[in-house]
Amino acid sequence: MKQMITIYVNDKAYQVESGQTIMQATDGIGFRIPRLCYHPKLSIEGACRVCIVEVEGARNYIASCSYPVNDGMRIYTNTVPLRRARRDIVELILDNHPDDCHTCERDGICELQRLAYSMGIRRRHFEGEKKNYEKDLSSISVIRDPNKCILCGRCVRLCSEVQHVNALGYANRGFQTVVMSAYDRPFSESVCTNCGQCINVCPTAAFVEKNYTQELFDKLNDSSVIKIAQVAPSVRAAIGEAFGIPPGQAFEREVAAALKKLGFTYVFDTQFGADLTIMEEASEFLERIQGNGVLPMVTSCSSAWMKYVEQFYPDLLPNVSTCKSPMSMLSAMAKTYFAEKIKIDPAKICVAAIMCCTAKKYEAARPELMVNGLPATDIVVTTREIAWMIRSAGIDFLHIEGEDFDAPLGLSSGAGAIFGVTGGVMEAAIRTAYELYTGETLIDIEVNAIRGFQGIKEGKVLMDGKEIRVAVVHGLGHVYQILDMVRNEPGRFHFIEIMGCPGGCIGGGGQPYAGSNSVPLDEEVLQKRAQALYGLDRERTFRRSHENPHVQKLYKEFLGRPLSSLSHKLLHTHYTPKEPRGIITREQTA
Amino acid sequence: MNAMNTLPKYIVTLCDGPTCMHQRSKTLKAVIEEELKKRGLYETTSLVLSGCLGMCNKSPIVIVNPGYTIYGGVSPEDIPEIVEEHLVKGKPVARLAIEEDYLYNRFYRVFGDVAFFGQQMRIALRNCGIMDPESLDDYLSLRGYEALAKVLTDMSPAQVISEVKKSGLRGRGGAGFLTGLKWENTARQKSDEKFVICNADEGDPGAFMDRSTIEGDPHTVIEGMIIGGYAIGAHRGFVYIRAEYPLAIRRLRKAIDEARREGLLGTTILDSAFSFDIEIKLGAGAFVCGEETALIHSIEGRRGMPRPRPPYPSQKGLWGRPTLINNVETWANIPVIVLDGADWFTTIGTEKSKGTKVFALAGNVQNTGLVEVPMGTTLREIIYDIGGGIPDNKKFKAVQTGGPSGGCLPEQYLDTRVDYESLQAAGSIMGSGGMIVMDEGVCMVNIAKFFLEFTQNESCGKCTPCREGTKRMLEILQRITKGEGIEGDIEKLERLGTMISKASLCGLGQSAPNPVLSTLRHFRAEYEEHIKNKRCPAGTCVDLLSYTITDGCVGCGLCRKKCPVGAISGEPKQRHVIDQAACINCGQCYAACKFNAIQKS
Repeated sequence: MKQMITIYVNDKAYQVESGQTIMQATDGIGFRIPRLCYHPKLSIEGACRVCIVEVEGARNYIASCSYPVNDGMRIYTNTVPLRRARRDIVELILDNHPDDCHTCERDGICELQRLAYSMGIRRRHFEGEKKNYEKDLSSISVIRDPNKCILCGRCVRLCSEVQHVNALGYANRGFQTVVMSAYDRPFSESVCTNCGQCINVCPTAAFVEKNYTQELFDKLNDSSVIKIAQVAPSVRAAIGEAFGIPPGQAFEREVAAALKKLGFTYVFDTQFGADLTIMEEASEFLERIQGNGVLPMVTSCSSAWMKYVEQFYPDLLPNVSTCKSPMSMLSAMAKTYFAEKIKIDPAKICVAAIMCCTAKKYEAARPELMVNGLPATDIVVTTREIAWMIRSAGIDFLHIEGEDFDAPLGLSSGAGAIFGVTGGVMEAAIRTAYELYTGETLIDIEVNAIRGFQGIKEGKVLMDGKEIRVAVVHGLGHVYQILDMVRNEPGRFHFIEIMGCPGGCIGGGGQPYAGSNSVPLDEEVLQKRAQALYGLDRERTFRRSHENPHVQKLYKEFLGRPLSSLSHKLLHTHYTPKEPRGIITREQTA
Repeated sequence: MNAMNTLPKYIVTLCDGPTCMHQRSKTLKAVIEEELKKRGLYETTSLVLSGCLGMCNKSPIVIVNPGYTIYGGVSPEDIPEIVEEHLVKGKPVARLAIEEDYLYNRFYRVFGDVAFFGQQMRIALRNCGIMDPESLDDYLSLRGYEALAKVLTDMSPAQVISEVKKSGLRGRGGAGFLTGLKWENTARQKSDEKFVICNADEGDPGAFMDRSTIEGDPHTVIEGMIIGGYAIGAHRGFVYIRAEYPLAIRRLRKAIDEARREGLLGTTILDSAFSFDIEIKLGAGAFVCGEETALIHSIEGRRGMPRPRPPYPSQKGLWGRPTLINNVETWANIPVIVLDGADWFTTIGTEKSKGTKVFALAGNVQNTGLVEVPMGTTLREIIYDIGGGIPDNKKFKAVQTGGPSGGCLPEQYLDTRVDYESLQAAGSIMGSGGMIVMDEGVCMVNIAKFFLEFTQNESCGKCTPCREGTKRMLEILQRITKGEGIEGDIEKLERLGTMISKASLCGLGQSAPNPVLSTLRHFRAEYEEHIKNKRCPAGTCVDLLSYTITDGCVGCGLCRKKCPVGAISGEPKQRHVIDQAACINCGQCYAACKFNAIQKS
C-alpha cells in the first residue's frame, strides 16, 4: 500500500506516493528534470550528475534519479547556482567529446546534443585535452568509438542487466576510464552477440552499426548485377519513425516502392522466407514429436540468440532447430530457385537484406550459410541505414506511391508478418503445425497467451488431445531462466521461441533511434510497432504460412516437400560451440 | 623467540614498524641474540619485535625494560656495547639513549598506570610497540579479549550499541559519522544475513595509521569486529586490506588463526551461543576502494566503483545485506570503550569529538611518525610540542590534514583544535589522519597540483564532475605552475571546485577540490603571483625560476662545467653569465656554486 506524502517542488506543495525517487515523483507531477545516464529499464547509476537538484538541508546537490522523497522535503529544480552547475557538468562532457556533430552518424538524433542545447551552453570555458582512442572496427556488426563515449554506462548496464551477455566493462581510472571488452580484445573476439542494443541505448555515437550503405550504393549502380532486396517484417513497422511519423504505422508497400526507386531489380519479402521457415520448422517439430527427437525444440531465427547459445549453452545445441533464419532461407532461394527461373548465374546476383537487426550482418557472414560456394546474403543494412539511403538518394518517402513486392518470393501470409513480434514465430508455427498434425484448420488463430511483453510467456495448445506446452522468451537476459528449466526439467516444454532483443525483432538493434519524445527500449513504442504488424496480419487474405500459394508453388516446382533432401541442403544449417574471449572455461578455473 | 620459564630479567623491544624494518631491525635482532648467547643471557632476556612505536625519525629503535631506556639510531656495531654495559652491568648507554624526546619517555613510563598523560594519549595504539603483535598471550596479558568476554557474558547486543553510542565515538575513516548510530541502524535491519567489514584500505599518500595498528596490535581489530558482529547480529566479517601491506596481512592472518584456535573466533565463541568468523580480502591498491560502497563492490568481485547512497551499507551493503563497515582505528577503539566504559571515554576529547585520533605526522617537522592525541589538541601542540617544530630554522607555512581530500591551513590556524567540526570550519578535514607539515620552501600551487594529480589518477571515472572536472582543474594548475596562467584561471578553479564538491557522486569526488579550494582561500596571493608576475614565491616551480650570477662570482668555472645545456659562459677568473634563453632552470649551478654567487629568483 502506497502512502501519500507532501513534497515541495520550487516552493509549491504536491502530493506524491512515498517510496519513489525524486525523479519519479517529479516526473509524475509535470516536471522533467534533465538527465543523461538514467534509463528506466536499467539500474540506477548516478554517474552523469545531470539530474541534480537542491534539497533543503542537504549540503550538496542531490542526484534526483537515486534519492528517495520523504515527507515535507523541499526540492528546488531550477535555481541559478544549480542551473550553472548542471550546465558546467554537461560542458565538461562536451569538452571531452569530438565537436563533429555535423558529420556524426547520429544525424542530430543525439541525446547529448539535445541536452547541451537545452542547458544553454553557448560558449566553452574549460576546454583542454580530449581522449584519443582507436575505433574498434573489428566486429562485422557493431562499431565502437570510445572517443564519442561519455561514460554514462548505459551500454555496460544494458549488456549485463538486460541481455546478460556482459561483453562490456570499464577499465582504467580517472580521465583514462574507458568502456571496453574483456582484456581489451577486439570486439569481434568478445562475447558480444551483435544484438546492437548498446547502439539503441547509447546517447551518442559511441556505438553504431557497421555501415554498408556505400557498398550497397556501389552495387545499385552496377548494371552487371541483378539487385535483389528483401525486407524484414519489423522494418516496415518502424521505418516511418525515421521520417518523423509517430510509432505504430506500417509502411509496407511504401518500402517496396522506395527500394525499387533506389534501383533494386527485384524487391522480395523476408516474410516469404518466414512462411518458408514455418513450413520447415513446423515439420521439423512434428518430426521431433513423433520420432522421439530432442525436445524441447528451440527456434533459430534470431542471430543474436544463435551466437549466445553457441557460446553460453553449447550443450543445448541439439535442441535448436536446424532451420536457417527467414533471411537466409530467402537468400538461398533467390540464388537457386529464382536464379534458375530467370536463368541468371547466381554469382551475378547481389542479395541485400534490409533488416531491423545488427546481428544479421554477422549471420550473413557465417560460412556455413553459403550456398553453392556463394554467400547467400551479400549485404545487410539496418532500418536506420536504409532510411538514410532513401533520404540520401532524394526519394520522398512520405509521399511515395506504394507498390507490391515482386513474385515469386514476395507474397507473404499474415503469419510471416508477425514474425517480427515476440511470440510471432510460435504463433505462426502453431497455426501451421496444428493443421499438419490434426488435418484440421485452427480457427482461433490469435494465440493471446504468448502475445505481450512479459519476459517469459508460457502457453498450451491441444492437438488431437495431445498437450503441446510452449514458451516464448524475448531479450537475452531472460534466456538463462528458460534454459535452466530445460536442463533441469527436459519434459516441461515441447517448443520454445527465443528472440534476442526485447520485444523481438521490432526492438532490434538496427531500428530507428528514439526520438526526442521517447527513450530507447520504450515499451510503448514497441507495443505500437507490434500493433502495426498484428494489423498487417489481420488484413491478409492468408494468415497461415502453408496457405501462401507461392510457398506451395515453390515446394511443387523446386523443393518437393518440407524436410526433403534439397530442403535440408538449402534451408537447414548446423551449429558449432564457440569459446570467445571473456569466458573462463571450467577447465581453466580448475 | 627464546622460551622462558621464569620472568625475564630484561625485556628488549625492537621496533619493527615500516621505517625500522627498512633500517633492518631483523638484522639487529640477530646480532642481539648472538651477543646474548655469547654472554649466557639468552635465557633470561625477552626479545620482542614490536609494531610501530611512532618514533620513525629516530629509527631503528631499541627499548630496554625495566628502566624505559629508549635507544635510537642503533647500528649493529652498537649492540655489543648495549648488551655489555646495560644488560650485563646494568648501566644504560647514555651515548645512544634518547633523552631529549621527553614525551616518548614519559609516555612509556606512565603506560599502564594512568590512561592519559602528557600530550599523547594512546587508545587505538595502546598496545603498539609494547607487545609482541604475533603473540596472543601478550595481547591477553594486556586485557585482550576481556571486552569480548564481558560483552558475551554480561551485555545484550542493545546494551553494547547503547554503550558505543554513549561514548560519542565517531568514524575514524574520515567522515566522522557517529559509530553507535551506524551500529544501531544496521542492527535495526531485518535480514537473513548481515556482515561486518573492517576498512583497512588505507590509501592516503604518506598515511600509515591503519597499517601500524594492524602490524602492532592485530587482535584489537579482531576483538572490535567480533563485538560489532555480536551487536548487530552478524556472523561473518571481512577485513579489506591493501595487498601492499604484506606484514600487516601476515600478522592479521596469524592472529585470526590463533584466535580461531583458542575459541575466540568461529562457532560458539567462548562457549557462548554466538558465532563469528573473519575473512581477509586483499585490495588491489585502488584509492577509491576506501570508499565504502566501492569497497563493497570490490569484495563482491566487481570493479571498485562507488554507487549512490541511500541505500546505505547499513541497509543494503555486501551482497545486498545490511553491513556494518568501520575503519581500523574505529574498531581498535571498541574494546577499550567496552572495558572502561563510555563514561570514561567521553571525558576525553571535545564536546562533539570524543576520544583520540591517530595522525601520521610527516613533512617538514623534526619528529615525524605516528602520534595519537586527544581530540581537541591544537595543531600547534602536535606540530611544535610533539613534532618538535620545523627543522633547519625555517618558517612554518602550512599544515595539510586529511590527505588528498583535505586542505592546507596557514599559520593563523595553528591554534585550531583537532576535531571534526573545527577542521572543517577552517577549510580542511580530519580525514583518516594524514598530517603533512610544510615550511616556507613549499609552493602551495604546486602542492594543490600534486594532490589533484593524485585524485585525478585515482578517480574511479564514474561521475562526470570528478572524472572530467578534476582533469580540467589539473590542467589549469599545470598551466599556472608553468607560468602560463591567465586572468580568470582562479575564478575557473573556484567555479569548477565548488561544482565538483557539491555535485560529485562519492566522498572522494566531493573532497577532491579541497586542496585547491583551501589553498585558494588561504594563499590566494601566491596564485596571483604565479599568474600575474610569473613568479613562484617559494622558488619551487621550475619553469618560473631564473638563475643569475652575482658579483660574488670568482670565475672558478665550476657552474660552467656542471651546466648540462651549456648555458653558462665566462672567462676564467671573470664573472660568468647565464644565457637565460638556454637555461632550463635545473638548478645544478646553484647547487654547485661554492661562493653563493648564484641567485635563484
